[in-house]
Amino acid sequence: MIPSPFAFYAPSRLDEAVRLLQQYGDEAKLLAGGHSLLPTMKLRLATPAVLIDLHKISDLVGVTVGERVTIGSMTTWSALEADATLCEALPVLAATIRLIGDRQVRNRGTLGGALAHADPAADAPAVVLVLNGTLTIYGPAGIRTIAADDFFVDMLTTALAPDEILTAITLDRVGPGEGAAYLKFAHPASRYALVGVAAFLRVEAGQVSACRVAVTGAGVRAERLTNVEAMLLHQPAQPDLFARAARGAADTLEILGDLHASETYRRAMVEVYIHRALVAAAASLRAS
Amino acid sequence: MVRISLTVNGRPYQGEVEPRTLLVTLLRDHLHLTGTHIGCDTSQCGACVVHLDGISVKACTVLALQADGATVTTIEGLAQEATLHPLQEGFWAEHGLQCGFCTPGMIMSAADLLQQNPDPSDEEIRHALEGNLCRCTGYENIVRAVRYAAQQMQSAQKT
Repeated sequence: MIPSPFAFYAPSRLDEAVRLLQQYGDEAKLLAGGHSLLPTMKLRLATPAVLIDLHKISDLVGVTVGERVTIGSMTTWSALEADATLCEALPVLAATIRLIGDRQVRNRGTLGGALAHADPAADAPAVVLVLNGTLTIYGPAGIRTIAADDFFVDMLTTALAPDEILTAITLDRVGPGEGAAYLKFAHPASRYALVGVAAFLRVEAGQVSACRVAVTGAGVRAERLTNVEAMLLHQPAQPDLFARAARGAADTLEILGDLHASETYRRAMVEVYIHRALVAAAASLRAS
Repeated sequence: MVRISLTVNGRPYQGEVEPRTLLVTLLRDHLHLTGTHIGCDTSQCGACVVHLDGISVKACTVLALQADGATVTTIEGLAQEATLHPLQEGFWAEHGLQCGFCTPGMIMSAADLLQQNPDPSDEEIRHALEGNLCRCTGYENIVRAVRYAAQQMQSAQKT
């Protein structure tokens, strides 16, 4: 299978890429790792007239671990996996990366590409949500930032304007007294999340003093589960709390059914995975 | 058409491609290196794995243009003249193939693994080969073949 014809640009500067986006508008697509876009183009489900490859923009690659962690949008999963400082600061990210695609997909695929594509079954969005992600975006008006909470709008749809580029992702570190986990029920063939849940907990004096929980794979987009978070906050961090918080948590959630898993089944699995992710996050609490 | 130049299995190549040409198409149809197979066409099966600047990639999901200026190694570039690469020898010795369709991709993925981890556990071998599907062997002998190669390469280094 071969994509339909397109013009190819590989600018080395960000402003050049934005200028191309402005020039070609809806006809253009940005190319990151390409492991969602190129298969879609081969199936002719996408037929962009112009591809703008971001690989030559070196500013978009790299990791800075400071008070928070900042990751360039074009940094590949493999580069992140190989970064020992990053994996120490964010073990939950390192563990999640092992679950994404396969080795060759991770050699090409990027964090920024996954977020901007906003596949409803992608793993990264849930983790970025619970790590309080801040996304840096470059466009014709310059740089702006947006909270991950406001970024995922709908299926394959984000808050990015057509002429904007996601440049960096900033995440909270998992510090002392904190733990985080991401667990997914992977489709046995595609490895996409039939359901995935990420959880972040801070426990002080035995009580949950901060928490974030997010689900992916279940509905049209990854989203925070504020009802679960409200159940957890200021409660004793004990196993029965996690079971209670998960029970009925998916009742009000908009869930999609498809040929792989019915809506009812997914709803049940969301609750199972909320429970498991909370238990795993609590088990990973770092010594304070 | 766009002009590109790259090095494939140690030999320089220059040519013209349409932007939509996939790396696997360049290798198979332009360079006649048909050891790199096309299986699923949807980035899942791994039959098309080659090394792009030393890193394993699925050549059906990389544009030929993206290999401009790069170094590509295919299954044809692994053996040293008449001497098989230890992985090629391992797949033979341990019966790591039946129909052989997945084998070039399996070997290229395994070669990438052994570059980074010369002594992988069985679990690490299986994790590294997650992107390569085999419909014949049940994978057991493939894992054995990679382990065989790892041992050969390690003992070769010690001597």
